[in-house]
This record gives sequence, structure tokens and C-alpha cells, in this order.
Amino acid sequence: MCGIVGLYLKNRALEPRLGQIFEPMLLAMTDRGPDSAGFAIYGDEVGAGVIKLTVQVDDVDYDWKPLVAALEKRLGTSLDWFQNATAAVIKTTADEAGIRAALAEFAPEVHVMSVGQSIEILKGVGLPREITERFTLKKMQGSHIIGHTRMATESAVTMEGSHPFSTGADLCLVHNGSLSNHSRLRQELRREGMAFETDNDSEVAAGYLTWRLQKGDSLATALDGALKDLDGFFTFAIGTKNGFAVIRDPIACKPAVLAETDDYVAMASEYQALASLPGIENARVWEPEPATLYVWERQ
Amino acid sequence: MKTVDLSTATVRELNQALHDEARQLSERAWTVTHPAGKHNIACGIDQTLNVDIQGHAGYYCAGMNKKADITVHGNVGVGVAENMMSGSVRVKGSASQSAGATAHGGILIIEGDAGARCGISMKGADIVVKGNIGHMSCFMGQAGRLVVCGDAGDNLGDSLYEVHIYIKGKVKSLGSDCVEKEMRAEHLAELKGLLEKAGFNEDPASFRRYGSARELYNFKVDNAAAY
Repeated sequence: MCGIVGLYLKNRALEPRLGQIFEPMLLAMTDRGPDSAGFAIYGDEVGAGVIKLTVQVDDVDYDWKPLVAALEKRLGTSLDWFQNATAAVIKTTADEAGIRAALAEFAPEVHVMSVGQSIEILKGVGLPREITERFTLKKMQGSHIIGHTRMATESAVTMEGSHPFSTGADLCLVHNGSLSNHSRLRQELRREGMAFETDNDSEVAAGYLTWRLQKGDSLATALDGALKDLDGFFTFAIGTKNGFAVIRDPIACKPAVLAETDDYVAMASEYQALASLPGIENARVWEPEPATLYVWERQ
Repeated sequence: MKTVDLSTATVRELNQALHDEARQLSERAWTVTHPAGKHNIACGIDQTLNVDIQGHAGYYCAGMNKKADITVHGNVGVGVAENMMSGSVRVKGSASQSAGATAHGGILIIEGDAGARCGISMKGADIVVKGNIGHMSCFMGQAGRLVVCGDAGDNLGDSLYEVHIYIKGKVKSLGSDCVEKEMRAEHLAELKGLLEKAGFNEDPASFRRYGSARELYNFKVDNAAAY
């Protein structure tokens, strides 16, 4: 079992309060996923030609300064960066491949969580409350956010195995369910050049979407492919630069509920997680249909 | 009338109070406020209480109900009125999947839509839905009646036993061994009674009846090679 939640603000006046409104949603899913938690928040967008990387280590006392200095020297450019607990957010004009190669060389213990212009993925092992407090979620601002609380059933409880998983620039995935053909699919994707860090089934789903999107598929086509190629149970929430998407497998065993008002669109595994939202009493609340893609994006 | 506010009381306290009351029967009318989608609200009641839930409820609301009349002024999660024995459950909003699962008796009325697997393995209850129902509804339904004023999703009545199914709208597809059947006078009368009981103003003649072709009741030796 796992819990997934997402919140997309239609009313931009609420953006300064995104973290504050979202935190109770994630915490309400603690029963469904007490072993790890994480979220992908979209905000603080960097300009054209700049990328933002969110990187993370296990050690809270990790000293980022020597690593940043080494990166600056290698890349020949100064880095705009800040630390948030076990994570660091780096903004740079350097190219992604170069900075990834330098990170792998200087600090293999550092994991790249996300790359893009807006996304920051923050996650870890522990109760959802520990994770939201570690990264001070309630003070965060942004346009939309998706989150996950994990109760691992198939693979190890580690930071790398927790959600969300990055699926490309400004894209990420959270998953509730289990995939039965992940081992075969992982082998096939490895032959296609995809790399995997864990033996987690959800990482394979993320890798599958990344692969389809790299091949030039639209998100809708990639997800249509997922319905055919992924064998198992899933409710996915997918974060994109401008919004989020929700899809359930054709059997639709794994729950999902959606709510929409003039101010926001929200999704959750259970209505409990929506009960704290402002104006929920008058929201349109419904269950997404099986094998149907729902997308909300800013134009 | 007694009121329990679930923003301060726990669901366990509510259910214990309802079970204690079912023994004493001094106060039959109960109101539950601020349900906030919590699970297991008003489960296992076995006396003629009247419970009004003011908002959305979570999973297994009114589960195992016996004799009580329970109304939810909102939506319900998975498995509303699962294994109900008697009494009534009315949902003013919509229900998630497995509404009325395995229910033996009583009536479940859903004024909105019901999700997938509505009436799965039902064993004698009546379920009346004003809106649509999802896929795999009435799977292995054994006894009782299922009435749907809207549409039904894929694989309606798969592996059906003896439930009488009445659908007014479109059926996306019928499950294995479920067939459309002739609507005779006794069926129109049965349907009329159920619609009246639910308070839905619909013309019984505009419904179609579905039932079991009874082809799966016995093992066919010709299929032995498949096992």
C-alpha cells in the first residue's frame, strides 16, 4: 500500500501557501505509507539557459562547500546554490551531462533527485512528518506539487527507493500499486541504455516513461504505451512543468479521488487527504475512470 | 437525538457508543458530524438505530449493517454497506468501488454514481443506483437485485449466479455468462417496487433485464483439456 497526493493551484494568489496547504494532505496519508515519503514541488523557476538540479545525500552533516568549489572549477562557471537539510539545489548555466559527470566523479555518494527549470524532488526514509519537517515543506511556495507516502512491499526501504522518481527534465512520477513484469522490463530498458539505481518496480515505470519521452513521445502517448506495456496495478500521478496528470490501470484496484474548485485541482488516494483543503465542502469530488488520462496544465 | 463530532471523538468511540446504544435502545436517532472521509464509520450496528452522517465518509462505511437505517450526506469510499444483513443505507453522493460487496440483505441506495465492482458477490441485498456503475459490477452476484438508472461499465455480471439486474442506460459490455433476458410482468412489478422504495421517479418499462445464462453452473467435460 502507498499513498499519493497532488495539488495544482489554479488561483495564483495561493502560490505562497502551496506547502502549507499541501502538508496536511501528505500527512493524512501516513497510514497508507509510514516508511518513506517525498514530494516534487514546482516553483522558483529559473530562466532560459539555466537548469536547476536537486541533489541529495544520506548524511545531514554533509559539507557541500568543497563539492561546489570542485564543480565550479571543473565547469568553469560559478554556481548559484543553497542547502535544504540533506539536499542541495544547484542552479547553473552548465550543461546537464557535464554536471552529472562531474558529480559522479567527485561525489558518487550524491544522488541527483531531479533536473529541470522548476522541479525540486525531496524525499527520504521516515514518517511523512519527519520528511516534511526536515525540508520545511510548509514554508515552500510554488504552482503545483505531488507527493507520496510509501509502504514498501517489493523492494528495500531506502531514500533511492522512495518516490517521486524523476522521469526527465521537470517530470516525475509517483506510484501506488505493484508491477509484475518490472524485472523483464528493466532488462529491456537497460538494453536501450537506461540506468537504474534500485530493484524497485516503480523506478522501472519511471524509467519506461523517461525512455518513451526521450524517444519523442508526448506524455499522453507515453502513458498510453504504459497501459499496454506495464503489467500490474497502478495509480500514477505525474508531475509536469506546467501541471500534473493522473492515470489508473484498466483494473483500477488502486484508489484515487479527485477534487476541483475554482482555486485548485487536487488528487489523493483517499478522500481523507482532501478533507483539509479550503473550500472542499463545495468542491466537485469524483473518482477517475480506469485507463483514462486526466491532465491539468497551465497554458 | 445524540450527536457525535468526529473532529473530537474517534471512530472507535463512535462505533462503541452506537453498539452500546443498540443494546439499550433509549436513543434511536444519531447524527455524526465532521466525518472527513474517515474509515469504518457506523460499522456493525445490529439494532434499529437511525444514523445520519453529515459529510463524506471513507472506506467500509455502514459495513455489516443489520436493522439500522444509515444516511450519508456525501460520498463514500470503498466498500460501503459491505456484507450488510438488513436495514438500509442511503448515500446522497457517489460511492467508490465494491459498494454493497457480499451484502446478504437490506437495501443500499446510491443517489450518485457507484464505482467499479458494485454489488460484487452480493448474496441477497437490493442495490439501487441513480447514476452509473463501474466495471466488473455484480461479479459472481449470487442473489438479490441490482437496479441502475444510468449506464453500466465493462463486464457487467461476470460469472453471475441469480441476481436480477435491471439497467436503464447503456451496458458497455456483459461479462461471461451474463445475458439480457425478457422483462416479464413480475419483473416490472419487482422493479417498480424497488424504484419506489428508493424514491426514484423512473419508468420500469424503460429498463432492460440481465441475468445468468447458467452455462457456468456445472463443469463441462469438453473443457477438461484447459486445466
